[in-house]
Amino acid sequence: MDLITPESGLVIWTLVTFLILLLILRKFAWKPILGAVSDREEGIKDALASAEKARQEMENLTADNERILQEARAEREAMLKDARDMKNKMIADAKDEAQEQANKMIEQAQAAIESEKKAAMAELKSHVAGLSIDIAEKVVRKELSNKGSQEKLVEKMLGEATLN
Amino acid sequence: MFVNSYNVRTFAANLKQGIFNPVRMRINTFKSITLFAIFFAVFNVSFASEIKEAGDDEKFDPKEMILHHVKDAYGMHLFDFNSHPVSIPLPVITYTDKGLTMFSSSEFHHDYNGKVIVEKNGQRFVNVHEKVYVLEEGATSVKYDAEHHPTNAHRPKLDISITRNVFMMWVSIAVLFLIFLTAARRYKKSDDNVPSGIASFVEPLVVFVRDEIARPMIGEHKYKRYMPYLLTIFFFIWINNIFGLIPILNGANLSGNIAFTFTLAAITFIITTFSGNKNYWKHIFWMPGVPVPMKIFLMPIEIIGMFVKPISLMIRLFANITAGHVIILALMSLIFVFKTVAIAPVSVAFSLFITVIEVIVTAIQAYIFTILSALYFGMATEEAHH
Repeated sequence: MDLITPESGLVIWTLVTFLILLLILRKFAWKPILGAVSDREEGIKDALASAEKARQEMENLTADNERILQEARAEREAMLKDARDMKNKMIADAKDEAQEQANKMIEQAQAAIESEKKAAMAELKSHVAGLSIDIAEKVVRKELSNKGSQEKLVEKMLGEATLN
Repeated sequence: MFVNSYNVRTFAANLKQGIFNPVRMRINTFKSITLFAIFFAVFNVSFASEIKEAGDDEKFDPKEMILHHVKDAYGMHLFDFNSHPVSIPLPVITYTDKGLTMFSSSEFHHDYNGKVIVEKNGQRFVNVHEKVYVLEEGATSVKYDAEHHPTNAHRPKLDISITRNVFMMWVSIAVLFLIFLTAARRYKKSDDNVPSGIASFVEPLVVFVRDEIARPMIGEHKYKRYMPYLLTIFFFIWINNIFGLIPILNGANLSGNIAFTFTLAAITFIITTFSGNKNYWKHIFWMPGVPVPMKIFLMPIEIIGMFVKPISLMIRLFANITAGHVIILALMSLIFVFKTVAIAPVSVAFSLFITVIEVIVTAIQAYIFTILSALYFGMATEEAHH
């Protein structure tokens, strides 16, 4: 029975000792130890979080780079296309203009040729007229050197020139 | 009976939750082991008493020897030298009608049969089986009744002697201070909180108490308040369990002393009661989620359970540690009972085996006391989850 009866003396000493132990350890041991452990855990958690963040940023950066590259490529493509278009247009324009110029020149040449031709024709006509008159004069002179033929001609002419 | 009423509460809680909590299952297993240990201890004590009846008083008496080792004493007996006991004298402090009296335990000259009378402060003190008695006026020697209780002497009103258990308790807290204050200083020295030296040994244990005991039992939001108590109780019980196993300390059986376990269990009970919230008291007096007749039926069980929980803590630790000591001592006593060295190898082998188990038990019992305390705090602070 002795064995299972709590003795007041030991109860008192246990209580006093335990409370002292609890108070001292709480202040000088558990607080710093638990504080250090949880600080470190926080530190690890933060470090992991920031590593994750850095990775995310890196990913974003890579994605950005990719996007910018894509854009640049597209822009180059567009610029090249523009340039090609411009070139084609310029060539076409030049061709048109040249054609026009040529046509104009041809027209002018034709006009010049026409007027030259007219002038030549006029000159030719006047030459031909003079020549014809000369020939006619000579022919007439020869014809009228004989009396009989003179009369015959007059007759004929008179016959032709019916009085109308 | 204690175990049954506890199980009813657990069963009711399980019914309510609709699940079987593995932690509670585990604790029930521990309880069965504890019960087994108590039976074992009782068996051993009765075994020892049978031996006594067989022999006569002059012969070796294992029961007396074992009980003297297991119980408290006024002096710290270390060893015998030339058949002369060598012990550390400790102060005997008593409070009687005549006030406080203090003298050294060495004045009893290692006597615990009430033969040496110490006169102090006008009173005569005797040591009867490591209990100080004050002789009544005029009495010159102790007289006993049939059951060997002194008839002409009485216990002092208060006996606050520094017994060997108190002494060892102080040694243990000195060791705890040494370990944990040094460990705490280690953290202060290092600027990145990296444990080194003794701190790297202490930290896993502290983290174990936090992550395996406090957090799951009490919950993430409230466990911090109880951490100092749980850590202190865990290491205090553990180190005293270990000290009880060291032979030169002569089995100062502090954690196997009911006064010690009673005090710690009482502190757990007080903390549980004072941190009990509305939900906790509702579960005791008007169990939610069951029919009214069941509520009325459960109320007395729950009220008994409130007290049984700390009582079971008290008995479990006391019985386990005392049983361990009793078994080891009983096995060693076999040599002297059979009066032959031939039995010694068997005794030594068995008590070595038990000692190894006891080494594990020191930690397990500290763990169980702590985890159950945490569980009770958790129950007291649990919020209604409906």
